[in-house]
Amino acid sequence: MNYEFGLYVFMLAAFVGFELIRRVSPLLHTPLMSLTNAIASISVVGAILVSGEEHASILSRVLGLIAVVAATTNMVSGFLITDRMLKMFRKREPKSK
Amino acid sequence: MSLLALLYILAAALFIMALKWMSSPATARRGVMAGEVGMLLAVVGTLMRQEVVSYEWIVGGLLVGAAIGVPLAILMPMTHVPQRTAISQACGALASALIGTAEYYRQYPSGFTMGALALEILLGFLTFTASLMAFGKLNEMLPSRPITFKGQNFVNLGLLLAAVGIAVSLIINPNQPMLFPIFVGLAMTFGILLIIPIGGADMPTVIALLNSYAGLSAAAMGFALDNKLLIIAGALDGSSGLILSIIMCRAMNRSFTNVLFGAFGQLQAAAVGGEVKPVRSASPEEAAQILEDARSVIIIPGYGMAVAQAQHKIRELYDALTKKGIDVKFAVHPVAGRMPGHMNVLLAEADVPYDKLVEMDDINPEMGMTDVALIVGANDIVNPAAKNDPTSPIAGMPILDAYKARTVMIIKRGMAAGFAGIDNELYYAPNTLMLFGDAKSFVASLVKELAGGH
Repeated sequence: MNYEFGLYVFMLAAFVGFELIRRVSPLLHTPLMSLTNAIASISVVGAILVSGEEHASILSRVLGLIAVVAATTNMVSGFLITDRMLKMFRKREPKSK
Repeated sequence: MSLLALLYILAAALFIMALKWMSSPATARRGVMAGEVGMLLAVVGTLMRQEVVSYEWIVGGLLVGAAIGVPLAILMPMTHVPQRTAISQACGALASALIGTAEYYRQYPSGFTMGALALEILLGFLTFTASLMAFGKLNEMLPSRPITFKGQNFVNLGLLLAAVGIAVSLIINPNQPMLFPIFVGLAMTFGILLIIPIGGADMPTVIALLNSYAGLSAAAMGFALDNKLLIIAGALDGSSGLILSIIMCRAMNRSFTNVLFGAFGQLQAAAVGGEVKPVRSASPEEAAQILEDARSVIIIPGYGMAVAQAQHKIRELYDALTKKGIDVKFAVHPVAGRMPGHMNVLLAEADVPYDKLVEMDDINPEMGMTDVALIVGANDIVNPAAKNDPTSPIAGMPILDAYKARTVMIIKRGMAAGFAGIDNELYYAPNTLMLFGDAKSFVASLVKELAGGH
């Protein structure tokens, strides 16, 4: 029964997520949200599988392709802006100014 | 064990490490790097799978997505971060919903797989339209105040039940392709209706909640495609969004159901009117003098600071005061702004050192010993009615105790009420000075006064 195994994986990952996120300081809540938002673009894996299959129908291919574009947009902009935000968090004022 | 399985496991581990490193600003950028590498491994691993044969289109799709994503991240001003998050979330959710749709038409699965697919599609499409609506509201293309109508909750509930009913019917007999578009339509309509009654002040909670839905949709996809990496990444995202929205709800002393179905801000109309009470106001010169005589100043930013783009001027004020030996700190309320942590990002952008940004519970004990609390574009989060008036709509909401400071100065454009639509007795307190004007130009004149003086 493969679903049962999947549910165990889901439960454990959700617990890990809860415990990790609880520790994040409110200071970083916005970058945290963009990062998890970027990680949600893991759906690109599904999109590649659907659109890249050998015998995929036209419908699957088109839907899959739109999904690839949408998920990649989500992924690229999510990771880039998270890093852009985090670059701004400095402890002391830069001396060279 | 195949190479693919190894890559997927590595990717999952990297995602977990990414979240772990996010806990501190010192390691957070390493966290982003881990997330990026994890995603790269996942994509490369998937492309290497034997069943994936047609690359041209996929690579093209990846490039197009990147071409849209890069400018979206680089050109977006920091004040627009909530909007960007909403639109990015809409993209992710759309992807997940479309994959579910393609899977349905490909194999018409039944039983557990169909259940997972239905959940993926429902959450995907509703998050897609809801995020677009949230984007419209945040970008002020749509009215940001709540829109309510009679029987709204019944309509919403009815829609959801109808969608679930169709899903059950599809699980029992998946060969009903004519039912499927109705299911999609219901999910999309439900997403729109879900956001219509949400006011601006509730956006932090809702954005976090939608983040959680997008993650859960990806996890459901993992079940439908039997892919553990999707399940893990989706569960991480789902739990993160959920816990953030719980934190936001707690910071407003409200329940989930209240945020989603309560339509905060309905009282806006009722609050208008009433007697005109006298307020004391001050000019920039007077305010600068008071700041100069202070030994400790706490600055309390709110959404108004973001609207006025005043963060850079505030940083100049911070510099000017610090140079004079005055202790300056920032008090950040968890729900200030339009998304969790919004104020911190803006102030960090303006180069305010992050150790000066203090959380509510840590700064409140200091308020009583503070000479000046300077409130910039915030209202409900400093309203003492939350503590004193049990009938107030924000009763019980934790606030920043600005009223305890020796002098309270409030920069505000006019006397209009805040998002909750309630009057703020702090404006009429004997130790309060109202500083009327645009936040950015008023702070600029404060800085000028401080520089010119001595």
